[in-house]
Amino acid sequence: MSTGMRYKSKLVNPEEKQDHEKQYVGFATLPNQVHRKSVKKGFDFTLMVAGESGLGKSTLVNSLFLTDLYKDRKLLNAEERINQTVEIVKHTVDIEEKGVKLKLTIVDTPGFGDAVNNTECWKPITDYIDQQFEQYFRDESGLNRKNIQDNRVHCCLYFISPFGHGLRPVDVEFMKALHEKVNIVPLIAKADCLIPSEIRKLKERIREEIDKFGIKVYQFPECDSDEDEEFKQQDRELKESAPFAVIGSNTVVEAKGQRVRGRLYPWGIVEVENQAHCDFVKLRNMLIRTHMHDLKDVTCDVHYENYRAQCIQQMTSKLTQDNRIESPIPILPLPTPDTETEKLIKMKDEELRRMQEMLQKMQQQMQDQ
Amino acid sequence: MAVPGSSSSRRRRRRRRKKGSGGPPRLPQKGLGRVWGSGHRPPARPRGWGLCCPSPAPPNPGGGGQAGTPRPSRGTRWGGRIPEPRGAPVCYRPGGISLSGGTGRQTGPAGDPTGQSGLGKSTMVNTLFKSKVSRKASQPGQEERIPKTVQVQSISHVIEEKGVKMKLTVTDTPGFGDQINNENCWDPIIKYINEQYERYLREEVLITRKRKIPDTRVHGCVYFVPPTGHWLRPLDLEFMQRLSKIVNVVPVIAKADTLTLEERAEFKQRIQEDLKTHAISVYPQADFDQDPDDRLLNDRIREKIPFAVVGADQEHQVNGKRVLGRKTKWGIIEVENPAHCEFPLLRDLLIRSHLQDLKDITHNVHYESYRVRRLNESNRPALSPLNGLPGKGEGSSNL
Repeated sequence: MSTGMRYKSKLVNPEEKQDHEKQYVGFATLPNQVHRKSVKKGFDFTLMVAGESGLGKSTLVNSLFLTDLYKDRKLLNAEERINQTVEIVKHTVDIEEKGVKLKLTIVDTPGFGDAVNNTECWKPITDYIDQQFEQYFRDESGLNRKNIQDNRVHCCLYFISPFGHGLRPVDVEFMKALHEKVNIVPLIAKADCLIPSEIRKLKERIREEIDKFGIKVYQFPECDSDEDEEFKQQDRELKESAPFAVIGSNTVVEAKGQRVRGRLYPWGIVEVENQAHCDFVKLRNMLIRTHMHDLKDVTCDVHYENYRAQCIQQMTSKLTQDNRIESPIPILPLPTPDTETEKLIKMKDEELRRMQEMLQKMQQQMQDQ
Repeated sequence: MAVPGSSSSRRRRRRRRKKGSGGPPRLPQKGLGRVWGSGHRPPARPRGWGLCCPSPAPPNPGGGGQAGTPRPSRGTRWGGRIPEPRGAPVCYRPGGISLSGGTGRQTGPAGDPTGQSGLGKSTMVNTLFKSKVSRKASQPGQEERIPKTVQVQSISHVIEEKGVKMKLTVTDTPGFGDQINNENCWDPIIKYINEQYERYLREEVLITRKRKIPDTRVHGCVYFVPPTGHWLRPLDLEFMQRLSKIVNVVPVIAKADTLTLEERAEFKQRIQEDLKTHAISVYPQADFDQDPDDRLLNDRIREKIPFAVVGADQEHQVNGKRVLGRKTKWGIIEVENPAHCEFPLLRDLLIRSHLQDLKDITHNVHYESYRVRRLNESNRPALSPLNGLPGKGEGSSNL
């Protein structure tokens, strides 16, 4: 779905050109103008990866964007891990391709699901996402809106372990806690340990369980009816292969005389970009080549708006409780003052009221006199 | 004539599996029923012992009370000797298990696979014993809810090879490590193991006790570590710390076909470091090596622990032969090929060379320490309820 295809301008022959010139206003070039501006401005995208450690998240991110974001990573040893809590780690990288700049932010969640007791291990993650929404809300309601930094999470890749028989309780709880806040794309990690029949069974199982628990994962939008058949076929295949079974690798191996990215085993070579081996290509196409903008749109139009509506409702209910006048523009609560200043404010309020009462009395006396 | 070292009592090695066979035992035969699938075929051409087992050349025959059998024998840690089988002819399928039971009585081992669900424990047990001893969880139509608490389920089979019968009990523990909060999920398992020791102890201290005390103790626990490639998880560490004190724990890396050879080597090294840091002594324990021969053999095994295994129960055609393996789009992983995975090493350790050893250590070390603990505890009140056994310190051990 490239811009070129969408907005193909009709080719006219020179004879008809004159006629067309009369009726041609010229706003068909708008998309090109938009294109130029946005290319100059650059794009940004925030991707969150979540899942147990050891499922190949970092490798997959490196493979997707052909970068090495995790160069100096040090794996923790056993003692450090026992007391680990879930952290949020951000890596930002600027990449450029054919003149188009992308500011890519990867939000990693080390420690998720690793402890013996994983109750509420998704809380730091939901808090982080809410924080980003809140920050954007403040910026949007602020006075200077020129340079708002958009740190909202556009997509969350959730890695499901292939070693289980479907979704585990921690998977279900995580997805249920997050499906209204972010676009969740479930993936089956390390798919090279599964034979094709097992992959099929696992995918069916996961799809059933997602339906059963009412988890709203990211749905691919329907393609327009004027797209060509090949595109529709691709779209259908994409939908049928969710959740994607992926394998990641950044090492290049030699297979059949060609150099490909893959993993070398004694019994064969797994090629990451071979569609028959895994769904990596489908994921990459979906995430980057076709649906990146849609992910951002859904985040802005759906998740952020839900958050905003909730936030405003909470604030207005608080305001009516305090009996103040409702203002048309929702006043953002100032950062909560500490108790001393609150006391001061209350005292001043009292004083004001007393003075007002005195004034009223005096006015009445004067009137009576 | 009794074969010293290898007790004539039936010892069953239980295999605990974390999840899987929720259903009733598949073959409810007891006694001498043969469970070996496809019927008895005559032995095919013999295969050298050397191909099947990594044990060193057998020492001189005639050592240690092995009257009557001219076979070469191998020393065990506890002084007795087990007759080594001669070139083991293939019984049912190539690579058949050769068991040395000597007297042809039932010498059932009990095994215990443990690990999170979906790590291939049932497949592994089936592959090890080349028969469907455990029912896999991933069968259609089977109710497969993850149980809320860890349960312990036992299935017994009697399998036979070349006249040697073995009563194998596989104990499964579905629900281990599957919950969000896994604290104390090992408690039911520890309780179960101690219960079996308790049962044996009670039988042993009776005045008129049976000649062959029914042995339900767990001889070995195979712990399946998920192939993350990083380190042992806190759950793995906690479990192994607690259990290596009461039972022989053999850790294996499950589903090892997801790790390349370099990753496998790194992972193993990290696991070995982890085990050393936390002082977890897995089987074969270094403290129990009796003679230098044993130490050498066991050192070689210890270098390779934990074994990276792949289980499979389907056969495929490779180079004209039928092999057990997993067929993927990029190749066939042969389970019995030592270049692909270490399943043959695990099988040899558990069955061909160290099966009796596992039983011995359970009996002589783990059971004894349990017994000492129990007797010390219950010696505060007198032991008369237990049929008048004399007081502390005099409970002589004829074992």
